[in-house]
Amino acid sequence: MDMLHGFGGQLLLGAISTVELAAASLVVGTFFGALGCWMQLSGSRVMRGIGYLYAAVIRGVPDLLVVFAIYFGGSLTLATLTGRYVEINTFIAGVVALALSFGAYAAEIARGALLSVPQSQREAARSLGLTRAQALWTVVLPQAARIALAPFGNQSIVLLKQTSIVSIVGADELMRKAAEASGATREPFTMYLAAACIYLVLTGLATLCLEWSERRASRAFGN
Amino acid sequence: MFDFSLLWTVLPALGKGALLTLKLTALIILLGSVLAFPVALCRNAQSRTLRLAANTYVMFFRGTPSLVQVFLLYYGASQFQTIQHSILWPVLRDPFWCVLIALGLNSASYTGKTLAAALAAVPRSLREAAFSLGLSRAQAFWTVELPLAVRAALPAFGNEVILTCKATSLASTVTLLDLTGTARLLTSETYAPYEVFLGAGLVYLAINYSLMFAMRRLEVLLDHSR
Repeated sequence: MDMLHGFGGQLLLGAISTVELAAASLVVGTFFGALGCWMQLSGSRVMRGIGYLYAAVIRGVPDLLVVFAIYFGGSLTLATLTGRYVEINTFIAGVVALALSFGAYAAEIARGALLSVPQSQREAARSLGLTRAQALWTVVLPQAARIALAPFGNQSIVLLKQTSIVSIVGADELMRKAAEASGATREPFTMYLAAACIYLVLTGLATLCLEWSERRASRAFGN
Repeated sequence: MFDFSLLWTVLPALGKGALLTLKLTALIILLGSVLAFPVALCRNAQSRTLRLAANTYVMFFRGTPSLVQVFLLYYGASQFQTIQHSILWPVLRDPFWCVLIALGLNSASYTGKTLAAALAAVPRSLREAAFSLGLSRAQAFWTVELPLAVRAALPAFGNEVILTCKATSLASTVTLLDLTGTARLLTSETYAPYEVFLGAGLVYLAINYSLMFAMRRLEVLLDHSR
């Protein structure tokens, strides 16, 4: 760690924050995705419209713009509501922005997976006397989940990398720590390269987990 | 609370930013596509060294955030005296070139991977048929294998174009006034984040859906099987 001039510990702390940021965004984003998918498949035209609009808008603009919009827009909204200037929590603003982005992709993945389960499966389950909810939970969802696993995992890895942009509004994660270390040591190349290596390890581990779960999930298909 | 007239006043400035976004997108895609060829050929090469080099390159650019790549080049290059005194310095000192090079290399890794997979998926029998008709190896590659692979890779390439356009927003982090950078500047000048970011978002949507439409047209145009 001598090459990092004692900043190795700081970078590792930043890496932990990055993982926390990614995990929180993944949970909230999956909720947004489920909500978006439910709306897109809803019987109501208004709900469908909102669901599709959400996915279409978020997927068409850069995540960085969403981060800025949530951060600066959120600050103004809070200031208007409370009547005084409020410093918005960058972690929460980051989670909201990243989750909105992740949710838009997750909704598309979930909808695609649900629609790819043959309608006959649902009909067969219903004819065996299962309720609509039982048919969905015990027959359709387990099959859709396997189809969605790979794209969902890939999108999670994209999310892990995208957490870096939240550093632009000052969130205290790996990129931020690397920027601080660069300023203090005047060795930006060393620090950003170290950060890049940590990101490589994180995305590598995530890829291994994904491959393992894909292998596990495909056992049900007899291979 | 929401001022529509303000939305109109900021649109010209946003349009100027959008020009830089478009310029960057076009140049990055161009650089990425050109570099994708050697990457794809090395990935599919017989030589283990070439394969290892290409795979390491792709792994690095796909496994790290684009922001790190941009910062490594823009801020990182200044760490070395030799670079500061070399002929490369005017280029590496310029944020425009740094974004172009970093994101161009990034794009090449994604497009290269897609192209390599598409080339590998072209049936061997087609190459053998081409040989049996008297085509040379180069002719078979350029006139039979590559056109088929490019066509197969086109949908993924279309996605890459959209992702690249969105990634150019990182230019705003190294002082460039692209669409996102302009929106950021206008927000601090007008204190009107809702109007400014909505305006910028609408311009991005217009750009990206036009790009998506154009790529679909291209796919149809190149699909001779229809």
